[in-house]
Amino acid sequence: MSLDLVIVGGGPAGLSAAAHANQLGLNWLLLEASPAHANTIQRYQKGKHVMAEPALVPLRSDLPFTAGTREAVLGSWEQGVTPFGARMRYSSEVVSIAGMKPAFTLTLSGGETVSAASVVLAIGLQGNPRKLGAPGEDAAFVQYTLDDPEEYRGETIVVVGAGDAAIENAIALSRNNTVIVVNRRDEFARAKEGNLAQISRAIEAGTIKCFFNSGVASIDHAGAVVLNTETGQTRVACNRLIARLGAIPPRSFVEACGIRFPSDDPTTLPELTGQYESNVPGLYVIGALGGYPLIKQAMNQGYEVAEFIAGREILPADHGILEQKFRSLPFRLGVDETLALIRERAPLFADVNGLVLRELVLASELLMPVQGDVIFRKNDYTNSFMTIVEGEVDVETDDGRQIRLSQGQFFGEMSLLSGRRRAATVRAAAPCVILESPRREIIRLMNSYEAVRRSIDEHFIVRTLRAGLTPDAPQEELRAIAATAEQLSFKPGDVLFNEGDDADGLHLIRSGSVSVSRRIGGRDIVTSYVAAGNYVGEMGLVGQARRSATVRATVATDSIFLKADVFMKMLERNLGLRERVQETVRERLSENLRMEAQPEAGDLISFLMQQGLGEATDVLLIDETLCIGCDNCEKACAETHGGTSRLDRAAGPSYAHVHVPTSCRHCEDPHCMKDCPPDAIRRAPNGEVYVQDSCIGCGNCERNCPYGVIQMASRKEEAPNLLLWMLTGRGPGPGERQPLADDREGKKAVKCDMCKDLSGGPACVRACPTGAALRISPSEFVKLSKRAG
Amino acid sequence: MHQSILAFRKHRYLWLALLVTALCVTAYWIDDPQEPANGGTVLGYTLGTLGALLILWLAWYGVRKRRYASTAGTVQGWLSAHVYLGAALPVIVLLHSGFQFGYNVHTLAFVLMSLVVASGLFGVYVYLKYPQRLSENRGGANRSALIDELEDVDERSKRIASKLPPEFQELVSSGIGRLQLGESMWQRLRGRDLSQVLLKRGNDYAVVANPGQEAALDWLADQQAKCREPATAAVIGELSALLRNKRRLLKPLAEDLRLQALLEVWLCAHIPLTAALLAALLVHILSVFVYW
Repeated sequence: MSLDLVIVGGGPAGLSAAAHANQLGLNWLLLEASPAHANTIQRYQKGKHVMAEPALVPLRSDLPFTAGTREAVLGSWEQGVTPFGARMRYSSEVVSIAGMKPAFTLTLSGGETVSAASVVLAIGLQGNPRKLGAPGEDAAFVQYTLDDPEEYRGETIVVVGAGDAAIENAIALSRNNTVIVVNRRDEFARAKEGNLAQISRAIEAGTIKCFFNSGVASIDHAGAVVLNTETGQTRVACNRLIARLGAIPPRSFVEACGIRFPSDDPTTLPELTGQYESNVPGLYVIGALGGYPLIKQAMNQGYEVAEFIAGREILPADHGILEQKFRSLPFRLGVDETLALIRERAPLFADVNGLVLRELVLASELLMPVQGDVIFRKNDYTNSFMTIVEGEVDVETDDGRQIRLSQGQFFGEMSLLSGRRRAATVRAAAPCVILESPRREIIRLMNSYEAVRRSIDEHFIVRTLRAGLTPDAPQEELRAIAATAEQLSFKPGDVLFNEGDDADGLHLIRSGSVSVSRRIGGRDIVTSYVAAGNYVGEMGLVGQARRSATVRATVATDSIFLKADVFMKMLERNLGLRERVQETVRERLSENLRMEAQPEAGDLISFLMQQGLGEATDVLLIDETLCIGCDNCEKACAETHGGTSRLDRAAGPSYAHVHVPTSCRHCEDPHCMKDCPPDAIRRAPNGEVYVQDSCIGCGNCERNCPYGVIQMASRKEEAPNLLLWMLTGRGPGPGERQPLADDREGKKAVKCDMCKDLSGGPACVRACPTGAALRISPSEFVKLSKRAG
Repeated sequence: MHQSILAFRKHRYLWLALLVTALCVTAYWIDDPQEPANGGTVLGYTLGTLGALLILWLAWYGVRKRRYASTAGTVQGWLSAHVYLGAALPVIVLLHSGFQFGYNVHTLAFVLMSLVVASGLFGVYVYLKYPQRLSENRGGANRSALIDELEDVDERSKRIASKLPPEFQELVSSGIGRLQLGESMWQRLRGRDLSQVLLKRGNDYAVVANPGQEAALDWLADQQAKCREPATAAVIGELSALLRNKRRLLKPLAEDLRLQALLEVWLCAHIPLTAALLAALLVHILSVFVYW
């Protein structure tokens, strides 16, 4: 049988491709590794509401899809693909794809091969679970996932693995079962701290038995596993074996098929044409693997790819949206011509793949300010990236100068990289067309294209130096210095340099923040805190041979390192510049001396930094000498936000009577925003990081937040009238509202939005009767700490 | 940065309260009515109206505190004003009464008002005094961390007891089950540990008071001394070490509950007395108009 195409993967993209291939009369086959369609969605919790974002884009598929419960969505697809019968092959894992159009050979895990003219890869990003790699690994009682630990009771279950998934499964199962954990090493090194503490306690308590330094030798189909342990082989009888060994990311498989990626960064997407075709002719990539994680987009691509393979021309589904977007532009060109114009005028995008550029423009806004309009103001919290397609803008610097930028140049990269407020006000100097791109799209672009990253970084270095240390230095000299710059990354607590080291250069803090400390009387005393967009180590540039202080990263920090010799040569040539640098150095020295006189103040700053507040922009601190524990702050938060409090006052540590409750600190570079499929987490111009209604309840942000300040919550019952409640006591009091029993929408992420929609500011602070609650920014920590000192 | 309710906005409401008081006293001083000063003169009615309105406004604090979206000042500002103006209230009411008292509903209202103000002043005292002690007692941790640690100790005790004869298991499980710390407001205020434990004496079990785990520790020491197997004695020693750990944790926990209770208990008087005052005030005003 000669097939026109084989679709690998039975998720939304693959199913939609199959349905349309069938409609077009192609000879097709779909291969899905798992036993059912849409494996990722099957694994959602029961009754979960599936959203149909983006609302703007119309659905283009022969399968139905509307927002609804997981069951309704899966059911409608199942109904749609049932008539295809044997063309849908489940439990058929493809292990290799060889060849190119029109002769591909796909090999399945059982050894069977399939030939086809074209192949559509729609395998998503989840990857396949790593197998045991021992005889019997596919025995009936062996499983690689665990949906609901409550399903099993009274069984003996062996859990293999030492990561968070294995530990969480083992602990959940141990409530109703006998659990034995098999760990290849002598400790649980990869686990999160909370999980580590739990499993250690459980093993010590004997509620979970653990074989350390052990592995699976073989599996006996009768219901036992043979382990290689430190003391030799042991046979363990069990009802069930759950292996949680992580997933194999699909990238290596995709590369083995011959598909190229533009860089090694794990978030990079494969290079594709406008028709989703990879560099291997006839091999197409759609869905999440191609960079489109949303269900509707993936289904549209499935439809379109079937059209392309059938040799038909079809305008992409977003064509109408782009047409609409471009309508008011002064160019009066078609969609493709406008895209070509943007590429031609903006050198940054010269080498960017057409599909990627299209997606970028689709996600961007086109601004058309007239002369004198403000594009953004200094200290705004926006972090979008601006490209001038037409016109000119003026950047207003601190000392009142104006820097003119013209067509093709970009701005806004400072806030983009550092996550901090805007460093300057920018105004249109003529009627402009400006492409305003969201931060995440540009970050993705930088990760995929080295040239884009280099260009943006270079501008960042030059502009940071001009903004602070060397405002009068000639642009060309700075650019030469930028070219020699080295990019460094530090983990929290890493040392950038130690007191007494050779002073060999200057660090520009690109993102994150650092603390500066000196060793006085046998202990480290923190003397200052330096945020992104600033620099440390400048003393080395004015002739000091040794570092006078130790600089540590308080959070994950990127710095750009500039060598001293290059810099000093420039200072020698520019006398005024040298004086200016000396002035900056002098100011910093005297501030450090002031702090050294107050070691307690330094200790409080160190404590705040240990709480991760180095990356905060606005943090709730409670003065314990005033707090009466009435929890009115929590009640205020709950009652102004639909009944769920976003802060936990009592939780969290304290030092010197300053308490850091569990509450959002609105990070500079929010961890929660990193992986939000519908892009529902946004940063408002004043810095508030908030969740939009388009949240799909996936829980990624909750997991990504290192501070535990995001929760998944159902909607709550209505609050009774306050006066009526106070008089009669009927209904829930403030902060006591219960979740709705029949909440169709399911749980959604909730977090502090700093009461951005309330006039008057954060309700928690305004509701504190004793003035114990205070919201401040890290730049005020020094002021706060002086009180402690 | 942080500012107490008394110092709020450079003592703004202290000055306001002093001003109001001074005006009232001056008016009383100057006023020369034909009858002896009492609530029925023009000034008497004026001061009475002022006092009644002030009482209503002071009581409204309970509503404002819970109107979380309100932009009418901050709750801290309201409390600061509540404290200072509340303290000024007795002066206004005394002047209103012309210092006339009797066994009637009018004096009842005055007495209730005095009790409300007194309980409120006690509240101010505890609000200023105890939070710092509460913080120092916890030593940087928080109550739930202490409770978590306690539960951890309990779990470990159970495990170790399982290696020993049943009376030891009974000791541990009854000690956990019969831990009584801060069950009632009264108990919390007294900071008393009413815990009990089941101890085997001879062939019988006896319920024994176990404040601070002392009874359990004594019994364990006794058992350890009598034990002839070194291995078992070592296990008893381990259990004893855990219970000593528990004793160390219970102390700050009891103190935490005690201080927190002190911060709340005065409201048990302040709020019901306010309700009674409002009722008495209503009767006071109505009766004045009826018998006019």
